[in-house]
Amino acid sequence: MAWRIVVGLKDGVKDARGERVRREISEHLGYRLEKVQTLDVYTVAADLSDAEVELAARGPFSDPVIQDVAINRPLAGGFDMLIEVGFRPGVTDNTGRTAKEAIQYITGRPFKINEGVYTSTQYLLTGLTDKTVAERIAKDFLANGLIQRWTILAADELDPQVGVPVTVPRVVSDSSPTVRGINLQISDRGLLDISRVGMLALNLEEMQKIQRHIADPQVVVEREKVGLGAELTDVELEALAQTWSEHCKHKIFSAKIEYEDENGNKETIDSLFKTYIVGATRDIREKMGDKDFCLSVFKDNAGVIEFTDDWSLVFKVETHNSPSALDPYGGALTGIVGVNRDGVGTGMGARLIFNTDVFCFASPFLEKELPPRLLHPRRIFEGVVEGVEHGGNKSGIPTINGSLVFDERFAGKPLVYCGTAAIMPRLLHGKPCHEKKVQVGDHIVMTGGLIGKDGIHGATFSSEELHEGSPVTAVQIGDPITQRKMFDFLTIARDRGLYNSFTDNGAGGLSSSVGEMAEDTGGCELHLDRAPLKYSGLHPWEILISEAQERMTLAVPAENLAEFISLAKEMDVVATDLGQFTDSGYFHCLFEGKTVSYLSMKFLHEGVPQMVLPAKWQPQARVEPVFSQPQDLTAELRKLLGRLNICSKESVVRRYDHEVQAGTVIKPLVGVANDGPSDAAVFRPLLDSFVGVVVSHGICPSYSDIDTYHMMACAIDEGLRNFVAVGGNIDHVAGLDNFCWCDPVKSDKTPDGEYKAAQLVRANKALYDYCVAFGVPLISGKDSMKNDYQIGDTKISIPPTVLFSVIGKIEDARKAVSMDVKRPGDLVYLLGDTCDELGGSEYYAGQGELGSKVPQVDAETALLRYRTLHQAQQQGVIASCHDLSDGGLGVALAEKAFAGGYGMRVALADVAVDAEMRDDKILFSESQSRLLVTVKPVDQTGFESLFRGQSCQLLGKVVAEPLLSITGQAGDSVISAPIDQLKEAWQAPLREM
Amino acid sequence: MSKTVKAMVIAGNGTNCEREVAFACRQAGAEVSEIVHIAELLAGRVKLEDYHLLNLAGGFLDGDDLGSAKAGANRLLYARVADSEQTIADQLKQFVADGKLVMGVCNGFQLMVKMGLLPALAGNQQQSCSLTINDGGRFEDRWTWLKVNPESACVFTRGLEKLYLPVRHGEGKFVADSRETLQRLEEQHLSVVKYADADGQPTMVYPDNPNGSLAAIAGVCDPSGRLFGLMPHPEAYLHRTHHPRWTREDLPEEGMGLWLYRNAVNFIREELL
Repeated sequence: MAWRIVVGLKDGVKDARGERVRREISEHLGYRLEKVQTLDVYTVAADLSDAEVELAARGPFSDPVIQDVAINRPLAGGFDMLIEVGFRPGVTDNTGRTAKEAIQYITGRPFKINEGVYTSTQYLLTGLTDKTVAERIAKDFLANGLIQRWTILAADELDPQVGVPVTVPRVVSDSSPTVRGINLQISDRGLLDISRVGMLALNLEEMQKIQRHIADPQVVVEREKVGLGAELTDVELEALAQTWSEHCKHKIFSAKIEYEDENGNKETIDSLFKTYIVGATRDIREKMGDKDFCLSVFKDNAGVIEFTDDWSLVFKVETHNSPSALDPYGGALTGIVGVNRDGVGTGMGARLIFNTDVFCFASPFLEKELPPRLLHPRRIFEGVVEGVEHGGNKSGIPTINGSLVFDERFAGKPLVYCGTAAIMPRLLHGKPCHEKKVQVGDHIVMTGGLIGKDGIHGATFSSEELHEGSPVTAVQIGDPITQRKMFDFLTIARDRGLYNSFTDNGAGGLSSSVGEMAEDTGGCELHLDRAPLKYSGLHPWEILISEAQERMTLAVPAENLAEFISLAKEMDVVATDLGQFTDSGYFHCLFEGKTVSYLSMKFLHEGVPQMVLPAKWQPQARVEPVFSQPQDLTAELRKLLGRLNICSKESVVRRYDHEVQAGTVIKPLVGVANDGPSDAAVFRPLLDSFVGVVVSHGICPSYSDIDTYHMMACAIDEGLRNFVAVGGNIDHVAGLDNFCWCDPVKSDKTPDGEYKAAQLVRANKALYDYCVAFGVPLISGKDSMKNDYQIGDTKISIPPTVLFSVIGKIEDARKAVSMDVKRPGDLVYLLGDTCDELGGSEYYAGQGELGSKVPQVDAETALLRYRTLHQAQQQGVIASCHDLSDGGLGVALAEKAFAGGYGMRVALADVAVDAEMRDDKILFSESQSRLLVTVKPVDQTGFESLFRGQSCQLLGKVVAEPLLSITGQAGDSVISAPIDQLKEAWQAPLREM
Repeated sequence: MSKTVKAMVIAGNGTNCEREVAFACRQAGAEVSEIVHIAELLAGRVKLEDYHLLNLAGGFLDGDDLGSAKAGANRLLYARVADSEQTIADQLKQFVADGKLVMGVCNGFQLMVKMGLLPALAGNQQQSCSLTINDGGRFEDRWTWLKVNPESACVFTRGLEKLYLPVRHGEGKFVADSRETLQRLEEQHLSVVKYADADGQPTMVYPDNPNGSLAAIAGVCDPSGRLFGLMPHPEAYLHRTHHPRWTREDLPEEGMGLWLYRNAVNFIREELL
């Protein structure tokens, strides 16, 4: 029996959600409706009595003060058009899950396997009678066809007795679990067909390697012993495809690259990852000697560094681009809760302390026809922001640092970077907490969520460009509460010493987690039929590679198994024993006692052939634009402040809880009105201590169009510059690189692959050079290499983008410095030289130009400056400090002034320039490593003596009059603007988002 | 009972602020301040009766999926403590009847209101008020000024005039089921804290009133003054470095939020020990 419980607001109660939907329909699609009302619908399909359903409806499902309830009859009235949106079968329905639990509490009886509660939302539109418009509103705004379905009814079509007819979106599957044998002794074309049709993303060479392996007579003999033959099973092929995927194996970063520079010099690079990333960290750690603060780098789910004598710091940043392109909300939500599992699942387990997020989008105001399957950037913006909001806020993790970066090419693939930091004790039960090892005989225990078809082929899908056949199952929706319950449980299990090792189930699901953990012992025996399922009908291969969320895999010693399982039960967490880790040498999977996978661990993990990649660097012919200096530089400054890459992101920042856990000392918004833009965040993770974590980042894809070498250098410098601006100690800081590239593998689809690969090489060279020069070790990172869109003749490739995240320490958070000017009379200093470096700048972009003179970083002078600044901050002589980045000096001055609520009077004649420069170029150059500080007059001598011999220019002072006045080199006024006006220009663009 | 003040924070199923609340109670002088997972209560190993101050912390109980704190309230009402016929709501009733203190913040406030613990005008636990979606339709993190009603019986706000605390919620708009309810709230001085403007006057204007709350009400107590709930987070302002402008203003070391916890601890010491 099924019931429909409809819940709506009483007359006179404001429907804020409906009002927001009405406004957004107008903003997104341009349809002006009179009114939108919203109703919640619960479809209950379970063995219950009417009285029990009534109890639920009047109890947990509705609020008697503000809501009315109807069961199996409509509540809707006074509208023109009804749109009801619900999930498709099998899609994660968090509210449905909570509703089911609520009923179980009431009745005291658990639901049976195919019983459930399914939620949907009714939108009642007034002022609309055209059904095709309603269809468009449903398809392009209210629902996402990949995961949702909808019903549209005109007012006169709604049955007044029954309302919308009951539909139960239950997964119906009559297929029984089967294992297929796959004959690989076929033609090359046949091999490629298998890969393409099966969404395996394996290339010919890899398919051939598998073909040869399975035909090896010795392999066949071993297989026959366990009841398998000369054919590979689908379970094995899927496990190989997942393990060998670009996403999991990083084949491009591990490739052998034949690189040729612009002068024809050739070199062979055996793995970018090993040469430049691991290489940099190795060299830096050697140099640091006993001051080396790295504890665990590159080998675990996240990097670990020392924090205090008792605590270590864990940091990881991930991307979740492809899923966010298809379902922005679910993709981003899954991204953030997924990276949280990386943080928690490092070493023996850590406690999450904050999140970071950086998004790259096309303009939400884009007015262009988009090619098929692409969602409008505004929808992506809204969905991603909401996904990260729910993921972070509901998990109780403050989101304290982030950015929004705009470029039209991100319409092809948005970039969604999600970061997370955690702390763990240095020692756990007397052993380093950042280490773990599975022991032979440990049980394989999976905890958390159940397995469904969600996320199947996520790993292989994100190893390809977005195309026509991109699978809908790749989309998942995270469930922060199930995950939170699991984390609460795992913390207790950790402290009781109940497990030897654990890791998260992310890309590749059990195949990846068990496969990787089994490397410790050299084998496993995994019983797929024991896995708990969301619904029946899954094939063994689907169980193995499902990316259903909120799951961790643990190695539990036999003697602890019973205690582990009973603790889980008490804490309402699912935990299932799936087999054991062995030293058999095989990745051995069984289903109902029969072997379905018997792959040698060595072949599974080391069998993938090394890719060989050609790369040829040819600098693009770029020229500096020719235009005369605009008459009105105040207007230019206002324009710059209103550019999407510069303007205020307050509307987004406020949607994230950035203060939960009571540790955020430098918040994302600072200044007299709590709305100035912080350079970085300072967080105090231990409530009874003032030692702080500083987190920041650098990202500057616009420079990639000139040279990725300098893009990378600038990203590193920007990250560090932001870090030191708030008081971070440059001698206790680590970096984390996240490469997002367009496909650099030369092929028919990518004829310019050699150039893109060379861009990648150059970025890596800079990564090595500058990390070593700054002495900043890399501790973890990730790459996402197929950020292209290709359907038909349309190809959109993102600009090569690296997010350089920075995490480190400030000994005493009370010495942190914010960016806002503090009081009239303070002196304004610029640290660092200004050069004619406007290539890729926001100023040039505003003129429709790119230019050629990309900013370059002088690490040696920058490092000395950053160290000196730290000294000055320690001595308390810095009143405020702000980094110069997009928009240069002009923008930094304006931001400092309006954040602090005072004016400033400065002279461009006092700016140190390396050659003759126009006033507009001095104002808007994006030369790196520069910082703008204010100093109390009483501290002038102390400050200046610290910076003696360095580039340090007194430009003017803070004034009470709320006016930013800047005189040009000739002594004339070039900018004169009330700070309120500048602030308005800066706040207006994204205020209503 | 010994002369120690014992505070408890219930955690689990989506609470988020338990650590800082427990810390606040310790800072305020409670000798015992424990975070207790709800599984411990349901297993019967820990009992409410052993404590004086119960904190219902902020968070998202069950994701607030059925409306804020609705599923959480349902659990307390129906889930049975192991080997007994008692629910946690039963224990809570006894706790209240014993004259002990309960403070709910944000999601904890929503929980108290939806269980009818606040404002409990009729003396029974009939829900008469609610907290619903912000007028802006969105979650917001923002610092707000609060005016404290000096005539309120609320033990947590004794001697306080104004507070500066952050709100961090999407469903914080206070509403009442009738004009009479509001009238009684005001007449009995149960509307303890109100969103205020720069001059300290209650306001309906956004963003000083961040969610459109009826009569600018940010928090209420029951007639005894021992049960108190509010949307803004006192545990988020315990030290001057929590203040958003600590780098530019001269502030006392101790944050205003701590005052509420100190009042509670002092009251317990004087009246309940």
